[in-house]
Amino acid sequence: MVKIVRKKVLNPSVTLLEVEAPLIAKKARAGQFIILRLDEQGERIPLTIADYDREKGTITIIFQKVGLTTELLADLNEGDHIQDFVGPLGLPTELPEGAKRVCVVGGGVGCAIAYPQAKTCHAEGIEVDVIAGFRSKDIVILEDEFKAVSDHCYIMTDDGSYGEQGFVTVKLKELIDSGVHYDAVIAIGPIPMMKFVSKTTEPYGIKTIVSLNPIMIDGTGMCGGCRVTVGGKMKFACVDGPDFDGHEVDFDELMNRNAVYRAQEAEEKERHACRMDQLAKEMIQ
Amino acid sequence: MPNMSLKKVPMPEQDPNVRNHNFQEVSLGYTAEMAMEEATRCLNCKHKPCVGGCPVNIRIPEFIAKVAEGDFKAAYDIISDTNALPSVSGRVCPQESQCEARCVRAIKGEPVAIGRLERFVADWYRENINAMPEKPQTNGIKVAVVGSGPASLTCASDLAKHGYEVTIFEAFHTAGGVLVYGIPEFRLPKAIVQNEVDKLTALGVDLETDMVIGKTFDIDEMFEEGYEAVFIGSGAGLPMFMGIEGETLAGVYSANEYLTRINLMKAYREGYDTPLKISGSAAIIGGGNVAMDAARCAKRMGAKHVYVLYRRDEEEMPARKEEVHHAKEEGIEFMLLTNPVRVLDDGTGKVGGLECVKMRLAAPDESGRRAPKVVEGSNFNLEVDTVVMSLGTSPNPLIRSTTPGLETNKKGCLQVDEETMATSREGVYAGGDAVTGAATVILAMGAGKKAAASMHEYLTKKHSK
Repeated sequence: MVKIVRKKVLNPSVTLLEVEAPLIAKKARAGQFIILRLDEQGERIPLTIADYDREKGTITIIFQKVGLTTELLADLNEGDHIQDFVGPLGLPTELPEGAKRVCVVGGGVGCAIAYPQAKTCHAEGIEVDVIAGFRSKDIVILEDEFKAVSDHCYIMTDDGSYGEQGFVTVKLKELIDSGVHYDAVIAIGPIPMMKFVSKTTEPYGIKTIVSLNPIMIDGTGMCGGCRVTVGGKMKFACVDGPDFDGHEVDFDELMNRNAVYRAQEAEEKERHACRMDQLAKEMIQ
Repeated sequence: MPNMSLKKVPMPEQDPNVRNHNFQEVSLGYTAEMAMEEATRCLNCKHKPCVGGCPVNIRIPEFIAKVAEGDFKAAYDIISDTNALPSVSGRVCPQESQCEARCVRAIKGEPVAIGRLERFVADWYRENINAMPEKPQTNGIKVAVVGSGPASLTCASDLAKHGYEVTIFEAFHTAGGVLVYGIPEFRLPKAIVQNEVDKLTALGVDLETDMVIGKTFDIDEMFEEGYEAVFIGSGAGLPMFMGIEGETLAGVYSANEYLTRINLMKAYREGYDTPLKISGSAAIIGGGNVAMDAARCAKRMGAKHVYVLYRRDEEEMPARKEEVHHAKEEGIEFMLLTNPVRVLDDGTGKVGGLECVKMRLAAPDESGRRAPKVVEGSNFNLEVDTVVMSLGTSPNPLIRSTTPGLETNKKGCLQVDEETMATSREGVYAGGDAVTGAATVILAMGAGKKAAASMHEYLTKKHSK
């Protein structure tokens, strides 16, 4: 059982929670994740560790409301508890040795995961460029945080309502073509975005690290629910990753596997909505 | 005068066509009358071969004599003196190859139903007395147990009885290991496992769930925190896949994933959030007990056809005969001498069928086993939308990769001294599937017991210096 000590609504669909988890905070490193379960009947879901404070003994998670569990999680408040909170899981991100300059590319809520990467690189004295992409102005998150840990920070919006207009890949290509040398690119966001960042860097031979987000159950390597194909080989993202070489990942397969439960997930969410309506009605009466 | 009936008193069961639609226990257990009648079949022989066949050496004729007298409490005390999980072992032990295999009555007729009697006694105690054990006087020495499956529960129980302050570290949110995530409710009700765990905590054992050893906390840190000995009972939870085309299509599961969703996460129950794909038809690949469990679960989840595909013949199937029999009664279809070669894509990235080949068994090789060979040109397609790989498991590398100085063999199993269960690191012991690779619940319990005895000896020596 962990206690929520801070809640911050970052945009209408993205929430930040800071929880007390001293043992996990002591070990956590950028790139790792936790698994949580809200209550006895809950499912186990993975969320990346967005930040940690070893002294305070806290872990920060940032997540988007996409279904039943994340909706319920977003309804929790400071002082509430989460029944199960397990971690740190997975391997920490490994940059190429002696990396001097990296580009951290974040897409949407993936920026929450890109942030600790930028922070870690910056703290190690690596020159950090951040390209953060969003659909539009109203969902921009973590801009100040990114600016604090980067040398250059580019905010992109698809519709041009804030920052520069265009996809992150356009900006990335522009920077590379202008002669900026990156030792590595770290891309975190929706699967298509990671796929296209990888495609963008491939011709230049720039090491590209992506953080994969397959379906997980235990998160400790015992079921293979999170298996992905990397370089033609089967890997379990929870123990061999979640970071992998973007040039070797079969993204289409990952997208396909992530869609298995879409219909059931929609049903669950619907069921929850009905339950909430019912509760609201009862409260009015 | 003993009861000379050649047959065991039958145990009532749910009707196959009723039970294959529910998750309630299949076998209903003996009544007191049935148990007392069966108990009189025991000859109480002097040399007690049955005891030697039991990995935790239950004093079998002694407890059975008490059952015959109707003194079930006394019978329970005798069993629980050496066995920490009688209601579990009475249900899931392969008695036919252990205690009952050595029963004198088996020479002519059926052996005494030792497992059914053990189960009856444990169930009777839980339903009628259910006294929680008292916490023994502590000796102030801290020991840690990694994992909470049958090996660990047994080890922790024995150590707690000696007065050690035991902490169990479990990675999942519920204790029990394979007893909760692997073996389905219809073979082993989870309330029974929970009752055994409750008894352990009553003995003073501290249970820490959500602790992934090697990640959240490691073995070096345990010693730094003052634990003086560690038992590793982390099992063999790493699933194997075939390496065939289409294995990452949506609808292909490892048996571990399939069973974890159903048993631990209760995907079969209304109101639980974990989803499971509902199959039209399912193919389960493998011939062990886990394959039987997965097949019977698939049937209960509503699959019209459930096929078990095994590359050898029924004689060679590693599953217990009783489980195969139960599966057949429930309508599971066995396709023997059959092996998958490719999972077919339905065009949308989901399983659209399974391409299989027929197999034949070659003449026995040096090991005496007949190797399965492909019958060329026998390829055919099986219409299924779910495939469950139940090919076996190996130990998870997490602990060995994060604990310096732990020796393992080629298969990733921890190496121990067979007499003492001591690993290559001082004060660290191991047992169960983490050492042997996937085996049985009762062997794990035996190993946990042995390890507890040598940990006690080691710590006694250490503290008498």
